[in-house]
Amino acid sequence: MEKYKKVLLNGIINENPTFRLVLGMCPTLAVTTAAVNGLGMGLATTFVLICSNLVISLIRSFVPDKVRIPAYIVVIATFVTMVDLFLKAFLPSLSASLGLFIPLIVVNCIIFARAESFASKNPPLLSMMDGLGMGLGFTIALTILSSVRELLGSGTWFGLNVLGANYPKALMFVLAPGGFITLGLVLATVNKLLGLWEKKKKEAA
Amino acid sequence: MGDNLFLILLGSILVNNFVMSRFLGICPFLGVSKKVTTAVGMGMAVTFVMGVASLVTYFIQVYILDTLGLQYLQTIAFILVIAVLVQLVEMVIKRVSPSLYKALGVYLPLITTNCAVLGVTILNITEKYSLLGSVVNGVGSALGFTLAIVLFAGVRERLENSSIPKAFQGFPSTLIAAGLMSMAFLGFQGLI
Repeated sequence: MEKYKKVLLNGIINENPTFRLVLGMCPTLAVTTAAVNGLGMGLATTFVLICSNLVISLIRSFVPDKVRIPAYIVVIATFVTMVDLFLKAFLPSLSASLGLFIPLIVVNCIIFARAESFASKNPPLLSMMDGLGMGLGFTIALTILSSVRELLGSGTWFGLNVLGANYPKALMFVLAPGGFITLGLVLATVNKLLGLWEKKKKEAA
Repeated sequence: MGDNLFLILLGSILVNNFVMSRFLGICPFLGVSKKVTTAVGMGMAVTFVMGVASLVTYFIQVYILDTLGLQYLQTIAFILVIAVLVQLVEMVIKRVSPSLYKALGVYLPLITTNCAVLGVTILNITEKYSLLGSVVNGVGSALGFTLAIVLFAGVRERLENSSIPKAFQGFPSTLIAAGLMSMAFLGFQGLI
């Protein structure tokens, strides 16, 4: 049990794909204009990560090493297609606002990196846990980032008006430059906090 | 169609620049933009792959997926075509220019997972471009990518020598610099 918990927390904190590994930057920057989109993208990616990690872990022993990359890509693409069709059918508005970036989950480096570095070496259950942890880490990061951008850029949070009607909207944060700058600032904040935390831990020891 | 193609080209290079306004191909943009020479090499490789991928996927979409009613297999089919193409380019570059091959290193096979390539092929289909339009859009987008990555490599070479607060070292400062450059690209917005 302890092992599973460690793998789960590893994805959320120690090796958070966005804040620590800095992987999967394209969706991170592109869809985080509103908190709903960030959360939706995070959950869609989490689903794909869990399923692809499970399947890849199950087939790891009989896929020849030379064709493993195309094999992984097909597995991942299959689940992405499933998510794409599901969103189109049940959540058409989310599907429309995420647009191109749903099929592009296939080329999200996080998924591929986990398949290659974790699922191809570990048993199925543990791999699923790793997928869940990484997916949640990604979802949390996207939700934080998109909350900041939505709040500053349109004065709302998950569509609710938070800052009042008189808030002068800083449109730049919803546009492309705001994505880069917000992510840069959030990353710097996380670095600073982790630095302080480690220093404190050292002093205590 | 003549002026139309020109608009597609201009739009894909400047107005809807892949890196700066569409957020596609950020990983190689951040990874390979440390030196101008590698950036140029990467840009050339991507341009070639994107041009050819646009051409091939157009035929696959029209003659295989549309005719057989298999549109939902688009993602899987396209990513496999791109993976094969990248392998081909890798072999060619290895033979023709070993030094460039070394410089591009791990980023060459990674073009497969460069979302810009898959992105442009899917965009070609959703925007309903013709065959020529698709290729022009593919090459134009890749040139826009090259422009952004080369310009940014110049910025980063300067950034290297400046003293930056510890928390901002590495990715944070790079991202903020990219944000400032992206603002400059916003200026092209009214062009078309």
